[in-house]
Amino acid sequence: MIYKIMLGIGLTIIIIAGLSLPMVEIPKFWYEMPIVPGLGDKARIIFFHVPTAWVSVIAFISSLYFGIKYLRTKEFVNDIKSSTAASLGFLFCILATLTGAIWAKFSWGTYWNWDPRQTSIFILLLIYGAYFTLRSSIENEEKKATLSAVYSIIAGLTVPFFIFIMPRIVSSLHPDPIVNPQAKIHMNPTMLTIFLISLLAFTGVYLWIFILKIRVLNLILHHKMKEHE
Amino acid sequence: MIKYLIPIIALFQKDFKSEIRTRYALNALVMFVITTISIILFAIAYETPPYEILAGILWIIIFFSAMSGMARTFISEEEKNTVMTLHIITTPITVYFGKLLFNLVLLVVINCFSTVLYILLMPNFSIKSPDIFIITLILGTIGLASTSTIIAAIIAKSNTKGTLYPVLSFPILLPLLLEVIKTTKLALEGEYFQKAIPDFQVMIAYFIVITTSSYLLFDYIWKD
Amino acid sequence: MLKIEAINIKKSFGSRKIFSNINFSLNSKNILGITGKNGSGKSTLVKIIAGIITASSGELRYILSDKVLDYSEINKYYGFVSPYLQLYDEFSAFENIALISKIRNIYVDEKKIQQLLERVGLIDRKDDYVREFSSGMKQRLKYVAALYHNPSLLILDEPRSNLDSEGISIIYEIINEHKLNGSVIIATNDLEDIQICDSIIDLDKISNSK
Ligand SMILES: Nc1ncnc2c1ncn2[C@@H]1O[C@H](COP(=O)(O)OP(=O)(O)OP(=O)(O)O)[C@@H](O)[C@H]1O
Ligand SMILES: [Mg+2]
Repeated sequence: MIYKIMLGIGLTIIIIAGLSLPMVEIPKFWYEMPIVPGLGDKARIIFFHVPTAWVSVIAFISSLYFGIKYLRTKEFVNDIKSSTAASLGFLFCILATLTGAIWAKFSWGTYWNWDPRQTSIFILLLIYGAYFTLRSSIENEEKKATLSAVYSIIAGLTVPFFIFIMPRIVSSLHPDPIVNPQAKIHMNPTMLTIFLISLLAFTGVYLWIFILKIRVLNLILHHKMKEHE
Repeated sequence: MIKYLIPIIALFQKDFKSEIRTRYALNALVMFVITTISIILFAIAYETPPYEILAGILWIIIFFSAMSGMARTFISEEEKNTVMTLHIITTPITVYFGKLLFNLVLLVVINCFSTVLYILLMPNFSIKSPDIFIITLILGTIGLASTSTIIAAIIAKSNTKGTLYPVLSFPILLPLLLEVIKTTKLALEGEYFQKAIPDFQVMIAYFIVITTSSYLLFDYIWKD
Repeated sequence: MLKIEAINIKKSFGSRKIFSNINFSLNSKNILGITGKNGSGKSTLVKIIAGIITASSGELRYILSDKVLDYSEINKYYGFVSPYLQLYDEFSAFENIALISKIRNIYVDEKKIQQLLERVGLIDRKDDYVREFSSGMKQRLKYVAALYHNPSLLILDEPRSNLDSEGISIIYEIINEHKLNGSVIIATNDLEDIQICDSIIDLDKISNSK
């Protein structure tokens, strides 16, 4: 219960603060944020877009983790966790792609321009898509669990290659002042706080839905087991 | 070492003989390459496309011919219900490396064929750095063989085998494809060999990572 | 001397339980019978014994002179015959056996293959493709494939399926001869087969007393 209230408060804060706090040239008061050169109010998307991308990556990693755990233990719960994480990851991945594309339209003039981060999220979408296509085309539950875990491990192993290859093939259009290769964040404390609360709150939302879905699926599984006994 | 090699080669010979007798894969692949190249030739109609496009098209042909040929090794065992026979007479490792070897040989044959045809027919496709091009072909072929073998093993267990194959393979193959397209372009531009070395290192690393993980994971795919 | 031990073997497919509490120990010169009605899990148990599928829990051991064999090499020690086992259609009978022994990494002895083919009455057809064989002929050929590597254990799922009376007497000869030095596991519902077994696992009884 506390958890849900905290989540509610967190999300309210970021929506109100993220959208309404003024952006000025040189912030003087605690509630003012710095203007990002060339972006203006469009920079506010960072509070909503970056966390969705962040969650889709977290979900991918946890799906991978539970997949490996399934292969080791052969316990069905782990497959349920793995596929649930993947389905949420897929959802957030779509959100990240859409919010990113809308923003790109207003900043760079086109919805899509193969910048490294767009390409990365696109590849993540492809992997998720392949993962669910694979799952839907295997009937045997055990085989489905095993093969999809194996596939996500192989897919996970190719991700580091992209991180290495991408920057050398295409150059980035992503707003350097905010997110740059050196991982320096040019934000004032106010902006950073809202940003971090936002990351936290989105991760919280993800965990909340994740736990709910696991509970439902576990109930279904137990019910099925009882029927067969 | 020999102890492991003999069964692998025996399994390869079995597939090879079977392919010679039935020509399931090879005939279809040769026709596939010929048709694809003629369609492209009609489409570009004597124009001279830039190097990026030329390099891209070559690897698109190679990718899709691999996608239409490499899956057979596992699917045929599944269709003939001989998977269990292999279970009984040999180990998963032998099966994996035997199939990898067969796919590799098949891919070498078909890639040589498509490349020669492509060089002969495509206007403006003249290799100025043969060393880069040959290494690209070799590394591209072994990387492609390695990935397509493990994905073939996965899809052989599914219901929608053929259609699923490129869908699952593409995200895994993308890093390799980006690299080979890039170095093919370097070869067309006549760059020095040094310039392609970092890319070759990535390709070698890719092959090692995929083959090792396949070797470790194959047991799970193979065992029912 | 090969000994096979099963301890508390249980198998379920997804959430459906097939059997549990399977315990037995099989010494050489013995025949173990597995019976039970259709769908009771005879083939499933036999596949677990052969290491083709894994049990959900429990343990299976192949013990050769007091040493437990590694699971990856048990297939050297048994020969397997069953209706769902397929040989390669696009090769001849002889080629099939030669090919299987090569993959098993054992010497291809043409004489021995011919002797075995002779024994099951296939010598005249040895160079014909298996795809041209009748189902009974295929079944006979499977015995050759199962015996060629001199296994200590013979695992037979429905040993007489598709065979004529001549074929059945041939396999009875084979079983009796094999029993002199090795062991046999037979999954069957045939009363005559059950009579030659030294011990029986009845899957219906085991699953009823869960
Ligand atoms: N791969 C599988 N997935 C799910 N269920 C399976 C699978 N294989 C077998 N079963 C189930 O396991 C049970 C036992 O099957 P099995 O083939 O072992 O029976 P059997 O005793 O050999 O029958 P028969 O006398 O007809 O040969 C059946 O209920 C079957 O539906
Ligand atoms: Mg059966």
